[in-house]
Amino acid sequence: MEVLEQISSLIQQGDNEKVLELTSKAINKNISPKDVLDEGLVSGMNAVGERFKNHEIFLPEVLMAARAFYAGMDQLKPLLIRGDLPDLGKIVIGTVQGDLHDIGKNLVGIMLRGAGFEVIDLGKDIPAQKFVETAKHEQAEIIGMSALLTTTQPAMKTVIELLREQGLNARIRTIVGGAPVSEEYAREIGADAYAYDAASAVERVKQLMEVE
Amino acid sequence: MRPVVKFLTEDLIERIVSEAIGVLCTLGVEIHNEEVLNLLSDHGAAVDLDRLHVIFTEEAIEKALEVAPESFNLYDVRGNETHDFSGHNFYYTPGSAALHVLDHHSKRIRKPSTEDYIHYAKVVSQLDHIASQSTALIPVDVHEKIADSYRLFLSLLYCEKPVVTGTFTIESFTVMKDFQLAVRGTEAALKEKPLTIFSCCPTSPLKWSDVTSQNVVDCARYSIPVEFIAMPLSGFMAPVTLIGTLVQHTAETLSGIVISQLTNPGTPILYGGSPAIFDVRYETTPMGAVETMMVDCAYNEIGKYLKLPTQAYISLSDAKQLDAQAGLESGIGATLAALSGINNISGPGMIDFESCQSLEKLVVDNEICKMTYRLAAGIEPREDFPSLPIFQELLKEQHLLISKHTLRFLKEEHSYPGLVIDRASRSRWQEEGALTLQERAHREVRKLLDSYEPIELTEDIKLELIKLMEREANSYGQDSLPQRSP
Repeated sequence: MEVLEQISSLIQQGDNEKVLELTSKAINKNISPKDVLDEGLVSGMNAVGERFKNHEIFLPEVLMAARAFYAGMDQLKPLLIRGDLPDLGKIVIGTVQGDLHDIGKNLVGIMLRGAGFEVIDLGKDIPAQKFVETAKHEQAEIIGMSALLTTTQPAMKTVIELLREQGLNARIRTIVGGAPVSEEYAREIGADAYAYDAASAVERVKQLMEVE
Repeated sequence: MRPVVKFLTEDLIERIVSEAIGVLCTLGVEIHNEEVLNLLSDHGAAVDLDRLHVIFTEEAIEKALEVAPESFNLYDVRGNETHDFSGHNFYYTPGSAALHVLDHHSKRIRKPSTEDYIHYAKVVSQLDHIASQSTALIPVDVHEKIADSYRLFLSLLYCEKPVVTGTFTIESFTVMKDFQLAVRGTEAALKEKPLTIFSCCPTSPLKWSDVTSQNVVDCARYSIPVEFIAMPLSGFMAPVTLIGTLVQHTAETLSGIVISQLTNPGTPILYGGSPAIFDVRYETTPMGAVETMMVDCAYNEIGKYLKLPTQAYISLSDAKQLDAQAGLESGIGATLAALSGINNISGPGMIDFESCQSLEKLVVDNEICKMTYRLAAGIEPREDFPSLPIFQELLKEQHLLISKHTLRFLKEEHSYPGLVIDRASRSRWQEEGALTLQERAHREVRKLLDSYEPIELTEDIKLELIKLMEREANSYGQDSLPQRSP
């Protein structure tokens, strides 16, 4: 349908105002909300993801597209039946204890939110206990940890061990990243995933959640 | 503010020019061409036909400088303007007339073929920061007497960009001029929209060969732009000091300007060159030497003082492979050339003392060229004052990634290189194949060869070019031209 193609294209252009307008138009035309979501909004975001991966567009364009996506979603949400609502999952993120560097972690938060995840950002210098307690309390599926210093990265292991001790490691998965962290290190400490930048964090989280 | 590099004071430039004129009017120049000697004699120069020698007059030099144009434009095959050689505008063209091509797979040099030349033209046609093509390779699968014109023929068939070229013989000029007339239609149209620049090289010290001086005359007759390529060698065929080398370069170049402007006043010219220091350890002429680059930038200042557009062989390397030396010499050269405002910068793709072209280096150099354009654009205020609002926004939003200010200025303030330049994190670099620069450059070359689309040249013009080339080949006993890919 033409209007859905237009929505998809406007998402890619990051035009939140026109996405809002056309989503309302599509609803008024009695196009099924599920179709508006899949063939308009999601189709647009998928194209954006692909173009970002191929270096055709940059981070700001992705974030603009995400903003446009949410403009459309806000219109659509009340009309979608429960099963149609994209529920990608909840993630608790933070910089580990002893580490005050949070630029990378913030970027991961922005990108995850842009991709449709619910993000609880605990901030920086976060003790292991707080990561685990928050994830339990919020029923989050994933804990994301960041560290910039070689001296603070062992704190990631503490969180993973705490999850194991409480028997939560199967339900609450972990993803780690930051300048000194590597794939090998992530494996060594038993993390479920490692991401080298914010874009790859989104991909890894999707894999952990088995989201297409 | 645009950053500008300068090596000479105006006083020093005036002294160098005055000394060079003194050399021309006292010691004179050897010219192995009777027609040119007669031309100079007709205009008051003291000519000794037996010694093939001429003593210039100050008046002739001054008059030539007066009538030589301060700027000119170039146009592509379709007639679109591509170059405005004025002020500090600068454009890149690949290093010209390489005897070899560097093979990516074997890492060895070999003699170029027609196919190599076509690949070269296809790649250059798609490099955004290299504004013209040069006849960069000398194919060996045609008769050597047509190797010069054949390059121009292939260039015009496969790439729309204007061409920096030259002849190896006096005879070749005719067909090379006829190619251009075939593209433009008439002599007047060619004069109005120049398509090529011919490199004409005096021989150091203070000499012109029969062929090159005749080329200057022939080009002038058709108003075809010429770049003078004087090549004094500091410490060997020129004084060891950079100033001494500049005096010689100025004298040799001025002698060419007089020949050209006497033949046809107002003929477009570039005040160019390819000087070098002489490396007395290896008996080589390093184009990547910093002193070579300093002389280039300095004579560019002299050219601008004389109110002429300029050219130089700079932004190339003496390395034998696409390695760190190739990058550093080309990078420093391109940077200095851009900041000096040399109008036509010859060099990209070239290694091994102007003797070897590499397509992989060409795509890397294209990135260097891009960086220099950003560099020369300088630092300008763009809605930066008052600064308070943007910092208020930053503190409120916690980032400026999608701020209107960012979206408006991101691509003007930051230039993003292509995939030849590695800016990924180590992990991403590894995930994407851990490719070396050579591998990334080769991938880019393959991509450009795959994405090439034939140029928009009418079938009539194509057929005319082919007819002219075949006739030229036949005249040297070559029955047919090598096969060409589409």
